[in-house]
Amino acid sequence: MCDTCGCNVTHGNAHLAEKKNAQGHSAVSVLTDLLSANDRQAAHNRRHFDGHGVFVVNLMSAPGAGKTLLLEATIDALKDELRIAVIEGDLETENDAARIRAKGVPAHQIVTGTACHLDAHMVHDALHHMTLDGLDILFIENVGNLVCPASFDLGQHRNVTLLSVTEGDDKPAKYPVMFRTADLMLLTKTDLLPVLDDFDPARAEGALRALANPAPVLRLSAKKRDGLEAWSDWLRAQLARIRASDPAIRAEIPGRPPRFRPVNPKPATQGV
Amino acid sequence: MHELSVCQGLLDQVARVAADHGALGVKHIVVRIGPLSGVVPELLQQAFPLARAGTMAADAALMIEELPVRVHCDACGADTEAKPNRLLCGECGDWHTQLISGDELLLASVELLKEEAHV
Ligand SMILES: Nc1nc2c(ncn2[C@@H]2O[C@H](COP(=O)(O)OP(=O)(O)OP(=O)(O)O)[C@@H](O)[C@H]2O)c(=O)[nH]1
Ligand SMILES: [Mg+2]
Ligand SMILES: [Zn+2]
Ligand SMILES: [Zn+2]
Ligand SMILES: [Zn+2]
Repeated sequence: MCDTCGCNVTHGNAHLAEKKNAQGHSAVSVLTDLLSANDRQAAHNRRHFDGHGVFVVNLMSAPGAGKTLLLEATIDALKDELRIAVIEGDLETENDAARIRAKGVPAHQIVTGTACHLDAHMVHDALHHMTLDGLDILFIENVGNLVCPASFDLGQHRNVTLLSVTEGDDKPAKYPVMFRTADLMLLTKTDLLPVLDDFDPARAEGALRALANPAPVLRLSAKKRDGLEAWSDWLRAQLARIRASDPAIRAEIPGRPPRFRPVNPKPATQGV
Repeated sequence: MHELSVCQGLLDQVARVAADHGALGVKHIVVRIGPLSGVVPELLQQAFPLARAGTMAADAALMIEELPVRVHCDACGADTEAKPNRLLCGECGDWHTQLISGDELLLASVELLKEEAHV
């Protein structure tokens, strides 16, 4: 994020940037994004990924929504066709990485300790423990948490947010920051729908649209291996799109909506 | 929650601004936050005294300005205010909107100590 060219200023907040501080001559107006250190690292990660032609997916959900089982099922479905690797993020244990390795796919576990989300620096460190050469898709399984992970760009190309049918169809309304970033919403554990009469997939989709998010919604049961074809097709289509676009466009594909849209660049805002 | 790390990032940037201007200290920090940034203003305010200790901003006050959520409608062109979990057009109700404000997480201004006339 650029500190000085004014690209943080949009037509929605421009009037704020121009507001003069009446309190005195020593006030300095800066308008910098407080997550810019993370965003810079994320952009750097994205260059690594793009340099290797790897499509990177950030999987996010509440704890236990089925991210790891989805990955296991996805690997079973695609491992003869695509080369897959996984970065696992958990507060504790190597369990999820071990489950992925058991499928014959390279996995690196990030144990975050107290941090309830992955950030771009942790992912960069993880890249030192694995190779991107020859990979088609790198999945990053974020820490199970519907709050913080949404705020940290990792350098991914797409965000996939899982919503299991045991959680309630109003989750997008309760966690708008998270669901607004989704490029695909996956309704998981659909094998349980018959016994859960209070989860309405149409209502879940409606709550996503109320966030002005046009992302597709797919239904899937990793346990029953049901719905994997549409999910695989989505992955193939995104991989093809990422590979076909030129690097400049690719770099602009946000894994989440950019916080600062470069509308109408203004002269320097640093120093009043 | 990551408000403490956001605070530390904030203070890093404040320190950089202060150094750029040869300031001796920091009096006042203003940040602007939209509800869709994912940062909770109260938690940021609580984390601030912990994060500022021992920094150039050890005596600084933090002021948080909360920004409204506003959307631009692709269907009718109106700019209207919206709720964080209901980003529909306030004019026509369409959901095909773009957020124009409300996800900011900005260091807006810093008031420095012992500054000469103008920066
Ligand atoms: N019935 C059913 N259960 C599922 C399905 N997918 C996952 N589960 C179960 O849900 C539980 C959690 O699944 P995981 O895949 O470990 O979930 P996760 O999102 O990786 O969990 P964390 O990494 O801890 O956040 C396990 O007991 C799974 O067997 C599904 O499609 N149907
Ligand atoms: Mg898991
Ligand atoms: Zn690097
Ligand atoms: Zn966190
Ligand atoms: Zn409208």
